[in-house]
Amino acid sequence: MSEYSFSQRHLIGLADYSANDILHVIENAGYFREVLDRPVPKLPTLRDKTIVNLFYENSTRTRLSFELAQKRMGADVVNFSSSSSSVGKGESLKDTIRNIDSMKIDMVVVRHESPGVPDFLTRCVDAVIINAGDGAHEHPTQALLDMFSMKQKLGKLSGLKVVIIGDILHSRVVRSNIIGLKKVGAEVIVCGPGTMMPLYIEDLGVTVSHNLEECLEWCDVAMSLRIQLERQEGTLFPSLREYHNRFGIRMEHLEKYPDFVVMHPGPVNRGVELSDEVADSDRAIILDQVTNGLAVRMAVLYLLSGRASGQPL
Amino acid sequence: MSDLNILVKNVQIANPLKPADTSFTDIRIADGKISEIGSGLKPKDQETSHDMNGCFVSPGWLDMHVHLREPGLEHKETIKTGCDAAAAGGFTGVACMPNTTPATHTRDVVEYIIKKAEKLAVDVYPIGCVSKDRKGKSLAEMDDMKQGGAVAFSDDGDPVYDARMMRTALEYSKMLGVPVINHEEDLSLSRPGHMNEGRVSTRLGLAGTPGIAEEVMIARDILLAELTGGHVHVAHISTRKGVELVREGKKKGIKVTTEVCPHHFDLTDEEIDRSRFDTNFKMHPPLRTQDDVKAMIEGLADGTIDAICTDHAPHSREEKLVEFIYAPNGIIGLETAWSISVMRLINPGHMKLVDVLERLIVAPRKILNLPVPKIAVGETANLTFFNTDEKWVCDEKKIRSKSKNTPYLGKELKGRAVGIYNKGVLVRN
Repeated sequence: MSEYSFSQRHLIGLADYSANDILHVIENAGYFREVLDRPVPKLPTLRDKTIVNLFYENSTRTRLSFELAQKRMGADVVNFSSSSSSVGKGESLKDTIRNIDSMKIDMVVVRHESPGVPDFLTRCVDAVIINAGDGAHEHPTQALLDMFSMKQKLGKLSGLKVVIIGDILHSRVVRSNIIGLKKVGAEVIVCGPGTMMPLYIEDLGVTVSHNLEECLEWCDVAMSLRIQLERQEGTLFPSLREYHNRFGIRMEHLEKYPDFVVMHPGPVNRGVELSDEVADSDRAIILDQVTNGLAVRMAVLYLLSGRASGQPL
Repeated sequence: MSDLNILVKNVQIANPLKPADTSFTDIRIADGKISEIGSGLKPKDQETSHDMNGCFVSPGWLDMHVHLREPGLEHKETIKTGCDAAAAGGFTGVACMPNTTPATHTRDVVEYIIKKAEKLAVDVYPIGCVSKDRKGKSLAEMDDMKQGGAVAFSDDGDPVYDARMMRTALEYSKMLGVPVINHEEDLSLSRPGHMNEGRVSTRLGLAGTPGIAEEVMIARDILLAELTGGHVHVAHISTRKGVELVREGKKKGIKVTTEVCPHHFDLTDEEIDRSRFDTNFKMHPPLRTQDDVKAMIEGLADGTIDAICTDHAPHSREEKLVEFIYAPNGIIGLETAWSISVMRLINPGHMKLVDVLERLIVAPRKILNLPVPKIAVGETANLTFFNTDEKWVCDEKKIRSKSKNTPYLGKELKGRAVGIYNKGVLVRN
């Protein structure tokens, strides 16, 4: 690690980050996590930076988390939201981003339903691009906050056994987590119905299971993913009831297997992915994930702002 | 035209109809017809002499699957610019797909296209729609369109999805002696795919179009061709199993033919990852896997795949420079098809030069019931001049097509069309 220096310009996906890069972000997130517990949780680090949050998909917590992270560090923040359904009527994404860039923007945080949009933006403008989720491709800050939370709770990442449960096919959270966790030496099983398993997912270095009990017995961390209620009931699984019976984590699981930690990227469908009691139990670290998300995003903004040199703070 | 009487000097014959003849020779053309073949010919009065520096000459090539975009989509391509691109790529003829605006679903649109192409050096053969407005609901006036000059029927861009409609189309077109060209895609399996479903789509989180969406439709259409006795031509084949189905169908004597595009025997879905979502790698059918590429080459070599076509699909810069999932499918191909064939089929030794030429000259014309041009005294001169060794770079500024959407931009290629002679006009690159 002594030779190591963080040299990333953007955060498009964890596929581009080395294990050292990931651990470096997590280490920095640790400092920012402490800042958040101060009476005045503010830093002047980014006070000369202008950041635009470009959200083409609905998002509450990710956008809020980024915006708060930016404001805690003193950045000037503007938000641009547009629903994907208006595409084709208005100007092209390329024109939009180049117009915004002409207003002297330093960083862009982008969410879009199309995989590859953050890459596309790096070809359009010079600003730093941070991916806040591109389709089912990557959601790197989510995976970083998940890994930070695991490290915080369990003290390590290498050798950690993680099961990710639910809709593996449509999830950007799962891709970034698999890529990141494998890089830092964790083991990953993905568990869910066959209809929600992409072909060749094993290529990413994971094992596929359809048996929740076996996974919970094995794992240190059980991460459930949100089911998209409207779109998937009846097409990818017969009913929410049947889904919950087979893949939902319930109190009986916590009692039978006393060691694993429950995580969820939110928002939770209570009674589907997790029973109501599990979501509120002390085994679930869902709210810690949210706080850590703020710290991780502060760390990412700081490291990519060009401000970082020498000591982290 | 001043090219009606010319002397072509220093060419080497390459002719799939007469593979044994590889002589170096000169060709005299008088009034657009070949009047003399032999070495050491001297120019006569009023005759310009063109030294071709020892390049090959073959009967003119035909691309049986292009999108000329006219009428209606002239911002992408026109009949004129499309034919310029064809000539630059060595093609003396193209068959153009009917997904124009309005669709080429009536005789007047067919005749409009033919009239627009009359004065151009490239022969343009319109393909008419199978169904009115390409909607797949009711048959277009096939007989009338055929009398107007249509050479085949297709709803390309979309499949003839309804099985009953496909059966009806085959029964009706059989009566006319014309093939139905189907874009093989089971939409219930392919939607909302944006690339091949496989390892790369899983990695990139892009919704996949599985090979089986193509294969179940090919299987269906071969069975329908067997039932009806009609001729089904499988458009732009792209998967190993698809090739196997056609091979089996041909063995049984069913009237099924097919074609493949150079990008499907050259590139794989890995390019989308490598290029970080470059939309010039987005087309339908999508780029498949290395194993599929291998199957395309095997299928071409053993004759299962009849023709090489380009599926030349121009889209403007602003249409392609968008988010990957919103980008339209398709790439241009007329000007790079020969180079890719040289580099992927001939140079590695998979196919002989004359066999590749057969796929570009004879097979597509047989499928479309068109006469194959001959290199013989008294014949109308319809010729392609080309080499197999020239290195060149695909430069956006030099592309003749109105659109520049090709994955080969900036790439060094080998082998090039030097020019064509057709309709009394010599076009040299």
